[in-house]
Amino acid sequence: MDKHGAPSLHIMRSQLGRARGLGAAKSGLHHWWGQRVTAVALLPLSLYFVVSVLMLAGADRARMAAFMAEPWNTVLYLCLIAALFYHLALGVQVVIEDYVNNEAKRMAGILAVKGLIFFCALACAVSVLKLAF
Amino acid sequence: MKDVREALFVGRNTEGKLIRRPISPFMLGSAYKPQMSSMTSIAHRITGCALGLGTLLLTLWLVCAASGDDAFSVIQAVLASWIGILILIGFTAAMFYHFCNGIRHLAWDAGRGFDLPTMHRSGWTVVAATAVCTVGFWVIAFLVW
Repeated sequence: MDKHGAPSLHIMRSQLGRARGLGAAKSGLHHWWGQRVTAVALLPLSLYFVVSVLMLAGADRARMAAFMAEPWNTVLYLCLIAALFYHLALGVQVVIEDYVNNEAKRMAGILAVKGLIFFCALACAVSVLKLAF
Repeated sequence: MKDVREALFVGRNTEGKLIRRPISPFMLGSAYKPQMSSMTSIAHRITGCALGLGTLLLTLWLVCAASGDDAFSVIQAVLASWIGILILIGFTAAMFYHFCNGIRHLAWDAGRGFDLPTMHRSGWTVVAATAVCTVGFWVIAFLVW
């Protein structure tokens, strides 16, 4: 649209690029695939998490530490943390991309949220390891 | 032109005149009735965001457990309070919904279940499974507590 609201065409792309579709995919497939892989991984891991939480209902710290010190529980919790936070980072990125139109704000938002998610993931992993060892 | 997608909104009518192409109204709003497809989709996103906030609680829980007895007894007391239980009920409901509807999405990714009767059936199955799992979880939780 021009400044008077009448339709006009301003295409800054090659005809070939336009005919082929919506532009370079860059890392789009990686994002989509990563979301699916972590989703599949989270199917058994989240069920394990539910069972573990039921086992730890009302537990004191000693019982929780003993639980996390079991090798399978340590490993499963670390797998859960990795898959969960990666899945979360990819999901939140899509939500921000959908609703924040301003490019600078969008990038700042994604970086801030992904930074927070990375921080929380590391805090969880270190806490599990500290309980385990 | 602020957005490159604007270029795709402009086309020509049968007289060759440049026109702005019509676009569909936004999925939520007065243009459409609430439908199984749109409602389960937006609920998937809302529960996903809620679970994102829930991971902050998970982080707090694990960090407190690693920090020491005092910190852990505080977080356990907060989670066992009525407001803590309420938040955890919401968290488990969101988790079971996102889990069940996620399976639905994976089936769609595999190209299955796209026809309308199947989509409606799977949608109601997700709602029912969420209710059953959430109630079941809390019955077991109060029994083992």
